[in-house]
Amino acid sequence: MLREIRPAIILLLLLTAITGLAYPLAMTAIAGVIFPKQAQGSLIEKDGKVIGSALIGQEFREDKYFHGRPSATSAPDPADSSKTVSAPYNAANSGGSNLGPTSKALNDRIKEDVDKLKAENPNAPVPVDLVTTSASGLDPDISPDAALFQVPRVAKARKMPEERVRQLVTEHSQGRMAGLLGEIRVNVLVLNLALDAAATK
Amino acid sequence: MTVIGWIQIFLYCAIVVALVKPLGWYMTRVFNGESTFLSPVLRPVERGLYWIGGVDEKREQHWLTYTVAMLLFHVGGFLIIYGLMRLQALLPFNPQDQSAVAPDLSFNTAISFITNTNWQNYGGESTLSYLVQMLGLTHQNFLSSATGIALAVALIRGFSRSSMRTIGNFWVDVTRCTLYVLLPICVVYTLFLVWQGMPQTLGAYVDATTLEGARQTIAVGPVASQVAIKMLGTNGGGFFNANAAHPFENPTALSNFVQMISIFALGAALTNVFGRMVGDQRQGWAILGVMGVLFLAGVAITYWAEANGTSTLSALGLTGGNMEGKEVRFGIVASSLFAVITTAASCGAVNAMHDSFTALGGMIPLINMQLGEIIVGGVGAGLYGMLLFVVLAIFVAGLMVGRTPEYVGKKIEAREVKMAMLAILVLPLMYLGWTAVAVVFPPAVASMANAGPHGFTEVLYAFTSATGNNGSAFGGLTGNTFFYNLTLASSMFVGRFFMIVPAMAIAGSLAAKKSIPPSAGTLPTTGGLFVGLVVGVILIIGGLTFFPALALGPIVEHLAMNANNLF
Repeated sequence: MLREIRPAIILLLLLTAITGLAYPLAMTAIAGVIFPKQAQGSLIEKDGKVIGSALIGQEFREDKYFHGRPSATSAPDPADSSKTVSAPYNAANSGGSNLGPTSKALNDRIKEDVDKLKAENPNAPVPVDLVTTSASGLDPDISPDAALFQVPRVAKARKMPEERVRQLVTEHSQGRMAGLLGEIRVNVLVLNLALDAAATK
Repeated sequence: MTVIGWIQIFLYCAIVVALVKPLGWYMTRVFNGESTFLSPVLRPVERGLYWIGGVDEKREQHWLTYTVAMLLFHVGGFLIIYGLMRLQALLPFNPQDQSAVAPDLSFNTAISFITNTNWQNYGGESTLSYLVQMLGLTHQNFLSSATGIALAVALIRGFSRSSMRTIGNFWVDVTRCTLYVLLPICVVYTLFLVWQGMPQTLGAYVDATTLEGARQTIAVGPVASQVAIKMLGTNGGGFFNANAAHPFENPTALSNFVQMISIFALGAALTNVFGRMVGDQRQGWAILGVMGVLFLAGVAITYWAEANGTSTLSALGLTGGNMEGKEVRFGIVASSLFAVITTAASCGAVNAMHDSFTALGGMIPLINMQLGEIIVGGVGAGLYGMLLFVVLAIFVAGLMVGRTPEYVGKKIEAREVKMAMLAILVLPLMYLGWTAVAVVFPPAVASMANAGPHGFTEVLYAFTSATGNNGSAFGGLTGNTFFYNLTLASSMFVGRFFMIVPAMAIAGSLAAKKSIPPSAGTLPTTGGLFVGLVVGVILIIGGLTFFPALALGPIVEHLAMNANNLF
């Protein structure tokens, strides 16, 4: 048994160096050359400044932008670091609400959001993804229904014809992969950028 | 439920099954020490490792030596992770200046990674430096899964050998598994994931100014290289807190699909390795059949429950299923399927928050783990777990007809049955025992995020996941407390090693036995009767063990939800 001690130490160190250093560092170098954009986080720049990542949702509150899903992410309370405060779309601390189906807090929150949305657009059924928080709190997407639901508000705020806004939503709906995998979705940040671009034209 | 949803599920199953034979063939060659197409490149590296490490690759080990070697290897792995976490503030690759991790959290995480559990009491992006993620966690993702596979192969050798004292050489098995199986797949896989949008950088977090002018700090890092082995090795510990739900850790529907395939790929292929090594591939297919029956039943229930949503959602006129805690790009079907896969295997990665699943939809992942994660299971661990149940099923069948039970040419006798029972019973002892303690211990109760039966389920899920070395969570539970850090670590440790040692004892005693040819009275172990028998034994043992606990948690919650009782 004693002769197992030497491999236990040496093989462990060597395999650790291979799998824990050589492999990730080599992959970082290779990926940085082949897929430099993705490797950095699919960042979007505007006028030389990073405005976000195409894959990471961000918070939109203004009427003239499409809104993403509610986000349950939090951040340390600046006043007391042992507590946390709500910080939607905090991309340095991902997470969901973790509230279960019989949670009163969850159901109250959903009811409140449904009432707000019904007041905003009484003519369409409220899409479920607009009133539920995502798992990561950083969901970049909404369903096409959720985007179309917001068209009247966005069009009014921008004084654009609804038809034009609706057309932008349709153009930016991504289908299922190979018509099969995943769900049809609209990337909120990309759609809002297109909206800004259309407005300046 | 939709047609396109079911098509995705069946496409998934078809691809996993299609990979079983080629991967099984390749892995059999690797563990038999034969040369492969990668040998010209890797063989010199392999020999170099043995030479420096003082390993004689021709010298095989007795089961006890094999087990001791494995344990020593893990003591070292534990010390590396613990040390790196405690010292990360002083070490390089720490652009966010993460400070030293607390002792109890470091202890929990180190145990978590050496046991292939990868329970996350830490939030990756807010706690760990890149060095810890790579040198601490990525390396143990490789080695703990290589160990699982090595142990399964050792147990298979127990069945396939006749009158031998040894079951292989642990160092050779681990080295070959890492070099020939895990690393090459991960290299290709990492590049695929980066292509799909996963970051792979050592740069600091990115500060962005959003369209509305707010500041957003975006966590990045060497994500893809870790995620590749995290899924392939059924480890499941996320680079980010939200794990595979984080858009950087699972950017597209395609990355999600491939991640799901990679969870099952090696575990399913090991059934074929078993078949090949015992000389009859149908034996492997029969075991995969048992797994398949249990898997599809679980998928159907979870998919149905999540697509139906909750009665409170439908009361508000919301349709489209339970989207709380799910991502739009995956939707109901890919989230439900992922949840069942990750708990059937002992992966524990999540692409949706299990805590927010419906009561019944969240119960299936719990049951999958309580059955011992034998539905494909963790790489290696799933197969040796399943073989323990096979030993029991064969024993029960033997009792029914009054013959000494046999399996693939080996007589199953008192020693094997005792060891199998020991391994199977120690699991509920941990998860039921600690749950019972936690629900009457006020500081532990305070960690629950949800009130009522759901809070109980959070605790039960935590200990089940830890004991089963799964690592997924009902994430609302605040696990990073002194109580949970220690009790969960003890569950992970016992759940891993108190299963391994009896399994290796069985390997040793089987290898020493003579192989006997099947006779007219031998129960055929390749047909539907055998599959049904094993499924039955698994469900009866499981049901008797944990059904009362389920009745207190998800089942009562389901009834409460339908009666509109909120907590």
